Amino acid sequence: MRVSLMRVSPLRAGLARDVAVAVAGLALLLALPMLFPQPALRDFLIYFFAYGLLAMSLNLLVGLTGLVSFGHAAYFATGAYAFGLLMQSGLVSIPVAALAAVGGTALVALVIGAICVRLKEIYFSFITLAFQMFIHSVIVTWVSLTGGDQGLRGGIPRPPILGLDLNDARVLYGTCAVVFVLCILAMRQVAQSPFGYTLRMIRDNPARANFLGVDVTAMKLGIFVFAAAMASVGGLILALFVSGAYPEFAFWTTSGEAIFMIMLGGMKVFLGPLAGTLLLQTLNHYVTIYTEHHGLVLGTVILVIVLGLRRGLADVLYDWLQARRARRAAASDPVPGSFEPAPLADGALIKGRTV
Amino acid sequence: MNLEALVDCLSSASCAVTQVSTGLIVGMLLFLVTSGLSLIFGVLGIINFTHGAFYMLGAYFAFTAYALSGSFLAAMAAGAVGVGLFGMAFERLIMSRVYGRDILMQLLVCYAMILILDDGVKLLYGGEYRMMGMPDAFALPPVEIAGGFVPGYYLFMVGIALAAGLALWLGINGTRLGKIVRALAINPQMVGALGINTTLLYAGVFGLGSLLAGLAGALAAPIRTLTPGMGLSILIESFIVTVIGGMGSIAGAFLAALLIGFTRAFGAIGFPLFVDGMMFALMALVLIVKPSGLLGREAA
Repeated sequence: MRVSLMRVSPLRAGLARDVAVAVAGLALLLALPMLFPQPALRDFLIYFFAYGLLAMSLNLLVGLTGLVSFGHAAYFATGAYAFGLLMQSGLVSIPVAALAAVGGTALVALVIGAICVRLKEIYFSFITLAFQMFIHSVIVTWVSLTGGDQGLRGGIPRPPILGLDLNDARVLYGTCAVVFVLCILAMRQVAQSPFGYTLRMIRDNPARANFLGVDVTAMKLGIFVFAAAMASVGGLILALFVSGAYPEFAFWTTSGEAIFMIMLGGMKVFLGPLAGTLLLQTLNHYVTIYTEHHGLVLGTVILVIVLGLRRGLADVLYDWLQARRARRAAASDPVPGSFEPAPLADGALIKGRTV
Repeated sequence: MNLEALVDCLSSASCAVTQVSTGLIVGMLLFLVTSGLSLIFGVLGIINFTHGAFYMLGAYFAFTAYALSGSFLAAMAAGAVGVGLFGMAFERLIMSRVYGRDILMQLLVCYAMILILDDGVKLLYGGEYRMMGMPDAFALPPVEIAGGFVPGYYLFMVGIALAAGLALWLGINGTRLGKIVRALAINPQMVGALGINTTLLYAGVFGLGSLLAGLAGALAAPIRTLTPGMGLSILIESFIVTVIGGMGSIAGAFLAALLIGFTRAFGAIGFPLFVDGMMFALMALVLIVKPSGLLGREAA
């Protein structure tokens, strides 16, 4: 354990690659609205940033640690409300309000998490859901502070930061894109750190982790708080963009959608949840155009995918690519006089999660 | 906060009686829902997140049956049996396909089912609030107890809930079938090897658990407004009850349901804005002091 920890230096080899990918991704995100200048695309992408961060941070719990939280949207909403309220007070600048909102959310998550991570598996799911509904009920009941059902109204002011005027839609988009990419990069670093690998061990064999001297509860609490903080950044982006905050952010369906995004995107690729976010957002977009019975359609789609495909769409694609690669390798490396190796069995691939 | 009002209420017999009766019926509804949830969990090892939606379904089934037949007995039967059958079908067709798979899949299936049921009810009955109204059979003057007035229907409800709870307890602890179900919870392979149809039993237990939720919904229909999504709050509360009472303990569920019922009833007077907070504080306290719950056997 010691040895493996020391071997991994803070500047690991993958960091340079991750930064390069992040820069390329950011360049692509910044170029997209220039190539397709429709405001609708920009709006779509900002929603994508917000919900993408929610799904990605939830996957730190679900995919990385094996903690299936059903209440992750609580922190998304806490971030949004804390940021909105701080900005409406007019006392602080955007960066200060943002940092305070993220810090405040982390504190809330620390208290709730300290209770939740003591529970295992499905108990954890339902206790996180219960706490989320508690936060939802606080938002709905505390009308004088939060505006209750109507949401936080009156708009969120956007004073300029360092000469950047966030009231300009393009600047706002650019800022959100930068924050989004930075958060993804931070989550990647955590997932690839020794801490991240310890979490994988906890997921796969908590008893063994415990025997090796890992404080399982503290590790779980650590990732719970970090994931909550990342989710709050998503909420903050959304609050800044829609210039308000609504109780729906904290409603259980938001958490349910985030779980579905993860499932859609699959758990084998780090950025999988983002693919899921994109898919679900596109689906939601078209469903709301054609029918008001959104739940009926979404529910049916989920059932078909879970019971029919039995895995996420991205996993299907990933498995197909893997199988094809295996076939290619087999074809280009013929062993004379032997049987052609069979492509990798599906089951072997389905087993693995985030590597 | 209005603790004076709370003290006033507790010291006046009539107010105390009224609030106790309110607490009792809230507690009894919660007890029915929670015991179903707990039964399913105890035997099948899954948490049925759709349980709240089943409660809603029970209320709407009862609403329809009452409108059609005018008999509350028929409404109750329709709510309970209808939801029981629905639960069995759900278990066979959908839930059984995700047994033994990732919890994520179980959660998603339940999430999908709640979306479908809520929207389905909205499609059939409209999204607005519906009232069933008090059945004629119970349109009696309220019973006076120590100066407080208690509607006759409340007494009926408490009676039915107690009878259902007692029947469940006796059925599980005192009959041969109950013994088989208890064995199924501990060692399903062995039960199957003895030639007992475990598939049927699983469906039956799931159906019975759903039936209890449906019965609670039907009992709640005359005194609550019906709306799609009405199951969510009772689902959350029954989670809290399960945690406080201890997973898998019917007696614990009973005790905790009453505790939450009284917290709700008296909290509404003393600290109306803090009732939810109080319930969660109770739950957090139990989790910290005794994680297995008041009457739970093993650590959760």
